[in-house]
Amino acid sequence: MNQIVPSTSKRGSQELASTEDHEEFVTMFIEGQMFGIPVLMVQDVLGPQKITRIPLAPPEVAGSLNLRGRIVTAIGVRMRLRLKQRDGEKASEGMSVVVDMKGELYSLMVDSVGEVLSLPSAKFERNPPTLDPLWREFSNGIYRLEDKLLVVLDVPRLLDFTRAEVN
Amino acid sequence: MDDLLSEFLTETSESLAVLDVELVKLEQNPEPKILSNIFRLVHTIKGTCGFLGLPRLEHVAHAGENVLGKFRDGELTVTPTAVTLILAAIDRIKMILSYIEQNEAEPEGDDKDLISQLNMMAEGKAVLTPEPEIEFEPVFTPPPQQAQPEPEPEPVFEPVAAAPVHAHEPEPEPVPEVRNVPSAPAPAPAGTPSSNAAVVPQGMVAGEAKESAVAAQTIRVNVELLENLMTLVSELVLTRNQLLQMVRGKDDSEFATPLQRLSHITTDLQEGVMKTRMQPIGNAWAKLPRIIRDLSVEMNKKIDLQMLGAETELDRQVLELIKDPLTHMVRNSADHGLEATEDRRRIGKPEVGKIVLNAYHEGGHIIIEIADDGRGLNIARIREKVVASGLASEGETEQMSDQQVAQYIFRAGFSTAEKVTSVSGRGVGMDVVRTNIEKIGGTIELKTQQGKGTSFIIKIPLTLAIVSALIVECGGERFAIPQISVLELVRTTANSEHGIEVINNAPVLRLRDRLLPLVSLRQLLRLGEEDGRTETFIVVTQVGTYTFGIIVDRVFDTEEIVVKPVAPILRHINMFSGNTILGDGSVIMILDPNGIAGSTGEISGGSRDAAEGAATRDLHAEDRQSMLVFRAGGDDLKAVPLALVARLEEIEVAEIEHSHGKPVVQYRGKLMPLVMINNEYAVRSEGRQPVLVFSDRERSMGLVVDEIVDIVEERLKVELSVDQAGLIGTAVIGGKATDMIDAGYYLTQAWGDWFGSPDQEYRKEAGLHKRILLVDDSPFFRNLLTPLLSVAGYDVIAVDSPDKALSLREAGDDFDAIISDIEMPGMNGFEFAHAVRSEGRWSHVPMVALSSHATEKDFERGREVGFNDYVAKFDRDALLQTLVQTLASKGAA
Repeated sequence: MNQIVPSTSKRGSQELASTEDHEEFVTMFIEGQMFGIPVLMVQDVLGPQKITRIPLAPPEVAGSLNLRGRIVTAIGVRMRLRLKQRDGEKASEGMSVVVDMKGELYSLMVDSVGEVLSLPSAKFERNPPTLDPLWREFSNGIYRLEDKLLVVLDVPRLLDFTRAEVN
Repeated sequence: MDDLLSEFLTETSESLAVLDVELVKLEQNPEPKILSNIFRLVHTIKGTCGFLGLPRLEHVAHAGENVLGKFRDGELTVTPTAVTLILAAIDRIKMILSYIEQNEAEPEGDDKDLISQLNMMAEGKAVLTPEPEIEFEPVFTPPPQQAQPEPEPEPVFEPVAAAPVHAHEPEPEPVPEVRNVPSAPAPAPAGTPSSNAAVVPQGMVAGEAKESAVAAQTIRVNVELLENLMTLVSELVLTRNQLLQMVRGKDDSEFATPLQRLSHITTDLQEGVMKTRMQPIGNAWAKLPRIIRDLSVEMNKKIDLQMLGAETELDRQVLELIKDPLTHMVRNSADHGLEATEDRRRIGKPEVGKIVLNAYHEGGHIIIEIADDGRGLNIARIREKVVASGLASEGETEQMSDQQVAQYIFRAGFSTAEKVTSVSGRGVGMDVVRTNIEKIGGTIELKTQQGKGTSFIIKIPLTLAIVSALIVECGGERFAIPQISVLELVRTTANSEHGIEVINNAPVLRLRDRLLPLVSLRQLLRLGEEDGRTETFIVVTQVGTYTFGIIVDRVFDTEEIVVKPVAPILRHINMFSGNTILGDGSVIMILDPNGIAGSTGEISGGSRDAAEGAATRDLHAEDRQSMLVFRAGGDDLKAVPLALVARLEEIEVAEIEHSHGKPVVQYRGKLMPLVMINNEYAVRSEGRQPVLVFSDRERSMGLVVDEIVDIVEERLKVELSVDQAGLIGTAVIGGKATDMIDAGYYLTQAWGDWFGSPDQEYRKEAGLHKRILLVDDSPFFRNLLTPLLSVAGYDVIAVDSPDKALSLREAGDDFDAIISDIEMPGMNGFEFAHAVRSEGRWSHVPMVALSSHATEKDFERGREVGFNDYVAKFDRDALLQTLVQTLASKGAA
């Protein structure tokens, strides 16, 4: 039989580009907790945006915004993780990480975005059973860093509003 | 999936599509060029399969290639059976391919059966029923006579090749035609106007050379790439607009000239990119020759499919959406429209039925005509079906023109086909077709002539993505409403004539004597509390036949917007049909009038129901009837509907005379009997006595009373009492318990024949009295209406329930008209009408509905179930007038 050569990874896939046994993540912070998204998933990092509210949308959907002619759906990650919303001036600050999911663009709203870290897989661990069940749903695992823990976000799961959620 | 494999799948699918068309052409006209093309395609498929390691496909293709090889070498003749077998092989390949697409591997099993058939055919061993053979000659002359002993020759000429790839044709006509004439015995020469001269070898060679040149001028581009390009250009257009806006203010800006140039280039670029999305409509028609061929074989009909204007281009998206409707309509024509061959011969039509597809551009639209010369729509049967389904009454359908009746085929579930074939007849087709076409902003019309044929004309706007929309604001947010649904805009202020009336939290608007249900967009989208503004705007919107108004805060202008679909997580919200980016860069949602209309029932209070409730309450306001309250024979208050009373008189006691022991008085030149309220009552001995005068033409009756207390407007709420002569019941009028008297009773006291005795003197011209059946569960209304109607000269039979009415029907009674209440316990008026209309001797009797509810919806419902007219209960004049009209039209019918 003929050998079929595997194709190169396509845009937006969950495949992690790995050099040896390191993986690269874009880090972001919500309420002081560090999260990470595989770097290949991230299209853009944005500052505060003008967001149009979408009536009747699920509460986690903050609205939509215009990114160079494309309509991006803004998701409030805080709300998705059942964290308290920021109030006052802080509510209008914050940054967003734009990801592409099956051809649609989504902007994940976080408090701030950090740098790209290359993390060794040795430091990767499964979610501890003591972790809040909701967070466990949206997380693939955590990395043990020097002085903090990085929670790896499962973006497809985060954007999957159709599945019923753990109470 | 592997790139190589996916490319193979794409290319092979295309080849298979071409093979379908070519094989059908080959069957008709076995030219070597077509055959070699087919052979080449199959050969390529076989080769690639081998290369990619797909043995099953390879074997099927190989077997097919064998047979084709025999054709090419002249060892085998091209017969319809052979072609059918090859087509079967093509279908098998398609099936295997689609499996591969899903699973990236060939399906289990083999195709021994098919392959052995093909092999047998290749060896010439196939035992086939004698088929008319198409002689295949390697010489380029017009096809020779048929082998069959037919009188007429077969002067069939075919254009060289009209597949999209071939651009150069040696034809006199500018419009290329693709024709498909089945070969079975004796097609009438007249039926196929041949337009081309004989096939010329030089032309063909030239065509061949040109073909490769043209092929090289096209390249294959990923659709996603084009979409991206399109988006970028749209963004460019928006930015250009912004710049133009900014420069507009400053007259002598140095930016003006270069910006003008930029603007031109942008426009050209936009047009160019939009053109890339255009595809020839021939692509949608590509499958049709094969479908028609199969159908004509299956149904034994001769069908000539002509496709004109196949190169007319339209937007790719539009093409996708109309592909299926077109196929459906063509199948309909073939299945139902065209008659069987013998039938056509008998009527004197050419044996070959024609289906013509014609596409062309006209004024920003693309027009597609589908016409057949078959038997046309059976208007009479449609009429019957319409009446039987209760969609219209017989009287109404008789007034409609044939074309109007034909429109009913677009209703859901409508089919006059006697049997449902696998092809069509399920009655789910035409309404879906119309919906799909209207969804893209197009229209479909139909013309039909019995015995001559039917034609459909579809008109579609050339571009989909850009839509005219009205921008509105509500709750601080802006929204877009597609212009096509907007009928008008109404501005309302607190004290304008177009006031919004709020009834039980549900807003309605009185608009030109109609009550328009309203939807508050703010409420619907939960945009926040009402801010008590005095001025609002109402966007009058129409969805199908349902009209309603959307309340918004402000209205801006109409803009052309580019529609973008909403994100998947928002697709379930059916208020929105998409979103868009405005000129200033902001994102706004596009409202879907359909979704809004559908949700009107869900708003708290149910605005639509509330609107109806409002409407009915509105009428209930008029339900308040004037009652004349009086005293007679005691201190109890009594009342009678003022409507029945002709006059209030006071007569001199001295003028009362006696006739036959009964008191009478001379009144207006006639004798008027006086009636006492009861036997104990005694007239005053002197002075004047108040009398209520009831009149009917020449006759009057005076009801003697003690005093007239008041005239009160009151809603009727009669509580029934014991059956007592002269009394209907007790009601609360003016806050006091009052006895309602039965006027009818007293009228008969005065004149025994007050009600309905034939009085020839008055009705000589009219002939017999018209008999009216009155159905109403309320004795009060029966008593109220019976005198009214009798006074007007009708014979009235009143029953208290539809059941009694229906038993009269069983008993054989006949009536000239039926008046029925709607709200009745047990069987209601609608059900009664339905029962009357659907069977029995009364199915053609005019029916008038009487109700206190009179909303648009009720009128419609009434018409649907078969009422000829609908009158509000208390509108006596309207009732009488309606009766006259209804009976007159019946008499004329």
